[in-house]
Amino acid sequence: MSTLVGAPPTASSALSTATPKPRPFRLVRHSLALAKRSLIKTWRTPEALIDVTLQPVLFLIIFVYIFGGAVAGSTHDYLQFLLPGILAQTIATGAIAIGVNLNTDIAKGIFDRFRSLPIPRSAPLVGAVLGDVVRYVIVTVSTLAIGYLMGFRIDTDPFRAIAGCVLAVLFALCLSWLPVYVSMKVRTPGAVQGLMFALIMPLSFGSNVFVGTDTLPGWMQAFVNVNPMTHLVASVRGLFLGTPLDAHVWWTLAWCAGFVAVFMPLALRAYHRKI
Amino acid sequence: MTSDLVIEAEGLVKTFGKTRALQGVDLAVPRGTVLGVLGPNGAGKTTAVRILSTLLTPDAGSARIGGFDVVRDAERVRQSIGLTGQYASVDEDLTGRQNLELFGTLLELGRAGARRRATELLDWFDLTDAANRPAKTYSGGMRRRLDLAASLVGSPDVIFLDEPTTGLDPAKREDMWDVVRSLVTNGSTVLLTTQYLEEADALADAITVIDHGRVIAHDTPEGLKRVVGGQTLEVRPADLAQLPRTAAILTEVGSGGQADEIRKGVLAVPVTDDTALTESVARFAAAGISVTELSLHLPSLDEVFFTLTGRTAAEDDTTSRTEVAA
Repeated sequence: MSTLVGAPPTASSALSTATPKPRPFRLVRHSLALAKRSLIKTWRTPEALIDVTLQPVLFLIIFVYIFGGAVAGSTHDYLQFLLPGILAQTIATGAIAIGVNLNTDIAKGIFDRFRSLPIPRSAPLVGAVLGDVVRYVIVTVSTLAIGYLMGFRIDTDPFRAIAGCVLAVLFALCLSWLPVYVSMKVRTPGAVQGLMFALIMPLSFGSNVFVGTDTLPGWMQAFVNVNPMTHLVASVRGLFLGTPLDAHVWWTLAWCAGFVAVFMPLALRAYHRKI
Repeated sequence: MTSDLVIEAEGLVKTFGKTRALQGVDLAVPRGTVLGVLGPNGAGKTTAVRILSTLLTPDAGSARIGGFDVVRDAERVRQSIGLTGQYASVDEDLTGRQNLELFGTLLELGRAGARRRATELLDWFDLTDAANRPAKTYSGGMRRRLDLAASLVGSPDVIFLDEPTTGLDPAKREDMWDVVRSLVTNGSTVLLTTQYLEEADALADAITVIDHGRVIAHDTPEGLKRVVGGQTLEVRPADLAQLPRTAAILTEVGSGGQADEIRKGVLAVPVTDDTALTESVARFAAAGISVTELSLHLPSLDEVFFTLTGRTAAEDDTTSRTEVAA
């Protein structure tokens, strides 16, 4: 500590007396700087990715080899049908993690430091949401990789396949404002996890992920047909396999816009109020 | 001289549910000085700092930092302040360097500027060797230094230190004091909260004592010590038979009070003068009295509160709890 004597370094780049420079796109730049922080955290704790990478593997193996023959007549046919659904389901479940992480994070001092800085107040939340893109990409790639090893093949073209992946990642990004909002309102990370599973489970199972909707009873179809997950799965399936897309992509985008329009303002407001 | 007040607060009130954290607190800190805000846990110190650093909005009253209102001009206030406390900390998963560079980027220093500033601060805080380790691997003292470094990235004019040394061992505490002193030498204005009169005395130009969300005293350290009785000299003679002679010498050296036996074999006398310690040592030597313990104490926070309010801080806690329960 002997180095502590003497003057503190007065930064050559000091901004103490400078008037705020009206530099453009502050929210974007600050959010990206904060997204990088999330990336470093993900990189440093790879074990946090286990759930999102292992879950699709287990689900694919269990459902394809146990139910495949019974549901679709052959395991290969069922794999082709199931993989887009599992991808959508995993990515939606993966969005829960951001709520759990934020709930832990916000209780620590770092968020108070952010709020004492001259940055847009929403930047830390937007940054956290954007930083999760990498997790979703990892989920997508690992699900496709294990699917490929099991015999899954894309029937369309690379362009549409990538469009399907992008749509799934976009859906997760927009949906993640819901867990972000929940994490602002609920006290413990465990409660966020529990509540989000209770919300995501009906959406992911009450859909066309595992079976075609035409096999379901009418009242169930009514729910399944408005379920955003159904639209996402039908879109990804269409883009991967060439099945009819109908208006599913538009419905998916509409749901994405809806999630952002409703939960982003709610989350930001709850964040501003949370002291 | 009011224009030279960098931190000004009038009548701050903040209520959380039924807890009245602040009940009209005034604070004033002239440029380039240190204000020590002294009070027990739950006195409202942290709430006051959080209001001044724009993290909380007061229910009533107003505060200005460098002339900017903490509510209306919060954005401008945030550009001139640095905040360090038990809560305003760093990201534990990031390394020391990554933390400082992140704050540099957020403070618009630019990529190269942020890197340069991080290097300077890591060097100054003696953290260069640990720069590339995650902050969660740091020791308590290193963490405090990194926390403080993080709040200095933007070279703020005004620095809030919320209990900067709580939990640090005495040597680390003195290191932190040196840091605060050099910040002030370089023109920063510091508001420091503490539970230790000793710390406020060592660093502050003025001390505001807070209790139950109210200011109960505001004075210079000397003035406050005069009120609360200043220092106490404690002596334990090696031979119990020497107690009367030791007491006689202490009474003469002391500031007027009688030397009392405060514990078995330990005598204490109030003193106002720092020379009392050396003088008593010389007198004991001359009288052939050997002592096994000799120490100079500032009153503890409890004693300060007892003098100022007639109750101890601990009693206060019990009363307030009963009030809440009722």
